Amino acid sequence: MLKRIYAIFRARNLEFVRDRGTMAWNLILPVMLMFGLSFIFSADRPVYVVGVLQSAAEIDVGVHPFLQTRYIDFVVINDEETGFSRIARHQLDLLVQFEGPQQYWINPDSRKGYFVELALLESGSGQGTTLVKAQIEGDAIRYVDWVLPGILGMNMMFSSLFGVGYVVVRYRKNGFLKRLRATPLRSLEFVIAQVASRLALIVMITSFLFFGTRFFLDTRMDGSYLTLLTVLIVGAICLISLGLMISARVTSEELAGGFLNMVTWPMMMLSGVWFSLESASEWVRRISDIFPLTHVLDAARAVMIDGAGFVEIAPQLTTLVIMSALFLSFGALAFRWHPN
Amino acid sequence: MPIALEARNLVKQYPGVLAVDDLSFKVEEGVCFGLLGPNGAGKTTTVEIMEGVTPATSGAVYYYGKPAGSKFREEAGIQFQSTALQQFISVKETLEMFRDLYDRQADLDQVIDDCSLRDLLDRDNRKLSGGQLQRLLLGIALVNDPRIVFLDEPTTGLDPQARRNFWDLISRIRSGGTTIILTTHYMEEAQFLCDEIAIMDVGKIITQGSPETLLKEHYKNVIIELPLKEFDGDLDGIEHRIFETQGIIEIETDDVNASLQELAARTSGLNGMKIRQPDLEDLFLDLTGHSLRA
Repeated sequence: MLKRIYAIFRARNLEFVRDRGTMAWNLILPVMLMFGLSFIFSADRPVYVVGVLQSAAEIDVGVHPFLQTRYIDFVVINDEETGFSRIARHQLDLLVQFEGPQQYWINPDSRKGYFVELALLESGSGQGTTLVKAQIEGDAIRYVDWVLPGILGMNMMFSSLFGVGYVVVRYRKNGFLKRLRATPLRSLEFVIAQVASRLALIVMITSFLFFGTRFFLDTRMDGSYLTLLTVLIVGAICLISLGLMISARVTSEELAGGFLNMVTWPMMMLSGVWFSLESASEWVRRISDIFPLTHVLDAARAVMIDGAGFVEIAPQLTTLVIMSALFLSFGALAFRWHPN
Repeated sequence: MPIALEARNLVKQYPGVLAVDDLSFKVEEGVCFGLLGPNGAGKTTTVEIMEGVTPATSGAVYYYGKPAGSKFREEAGIQFQSTALQQFISVKETLEMFRDLYDRQADLDQVIDDCSLRDLLDRDNRKLSGGQLQRLLLGIALVNDPRIVFLDEPTTGLDPQARRNFWDLISRIRSGGTTIILTTHYMEEAQFLCDEIAIMDVGKIITQGSPETLLKEHYKNVIIELPLKEFDGDLDGIEHRIFETQGIIEIETDDVNASLQELAARTSGLNGMKIRQPDLEDLFLDLTGHSLRA
């Protein structure tokens, strides 16, 4: 069995590596994106983000005039620990609490925090209450640090879905799968070989991009490499399995392209590749939870930015493992060798 | 000789089309068995059911007396009508990949030499000519040292020289005791290679036997051929079967001397006349439809 899997694995790797156009595109696109975004977002985003520490899910703007200030995104924060961490990382410009003792927290090193504080004090001047000020210190997270997992994840997603899904459909359409069917190779062996082949390539390319950006852009890495590698492998397996499931029965490249686009575009927009979904509405965040990429990025950012370990990212890893098992099972069960 | 392969009551029903209609036959070990028929006769579907790549609607295939299963997959070599191979992979890598899918493995050097692939080993699959690709596909069919080989129209599209070379190659394989199942459009190919043939039409076998036996059974006569453009007489009243196809008049007769005298009396244009024995081409056309002669 292993010999057969290795035979398909090796041949697929050779096919990919020798297809220089595809290989170059897989490397050049994310590099261009990273450097382009690094340049474009070398300044902070021009939007203020304020956390509102409260137990309710929705913000009641009538509680305080400050909550009606324009050009500020108000985000619900349910627990102090999360709020303090984000203030420390400059992910929030200010954290305010109107429930119970009225107080606010800012990072003394945050330029935007300074202006938001002025707006808060000005808006509350006629309220007759005094807000207690506290400071939380910490280094800012550059946008490039925040977006790097998103870019790597997006590249991984395209490589997994199109690199596997399209290839399997092409193999099926041109009869290569049918030829393999006439050998002792079993569908599960074929599927495992495809997953292993693409996984090896993704790990290689993502590592190259990760260490390249780390060297040239000094991107952040607070967690352990082993944890991050685990996230990469589990996430890649999940996305590859999704690609295999989508392509399990499709015989037309056009139809496969439609299905793959239908999955990749929502994931790219709603999984937090480019911007945090914290200020998005509840239903958007719920939808984003069905996408594997959301969990990959949450886990990767937790490791790279917050230094999270296996325990902290266990929920995301568990979700990805369950999704992988479902995708692989459906993919293997529905797998079709024939073009018609 | 033991029965290598047996098809029992095979039926393949596609929506609106009965491609294979209750087909049964046996193939002895070591013979070259030809499955002939016009386009759409059901040859490829029958062969693919036997190969295990297409499920039958009903019926079963037996390999050495047992339902064809994993042992059959391990011991069968298969060459489809057309197979696309992986891109950017060389001939040698392709052979190695397919060989590694089997526990039973042939000596790769021997396969390479048998299929005359030695000079092509480092060539990308995409850069092979039609004949070279067919040799590679045959090589792939042989990488597991098969006991039985399926060849589905293996010489379609090849030039006459390449086809002849291919026949020599298949003859060598057969001489080693390998059972061969061959489908082909070329009657000359079937006559040259096959020990036994079955002619199919609309999903059924309409006759089966060795080429010599079938020709003896169906033909007692010889055929006189005359180019139509050189014949200036009148054929009315000649008491023989007469066909006209592609500018040739064919007269089937059991008395050549009498027929020649009769023809000579009717025309001055007997230049270009040929007398020949009926062959499988005639049998095929007779059995599968005279419309081909229109």
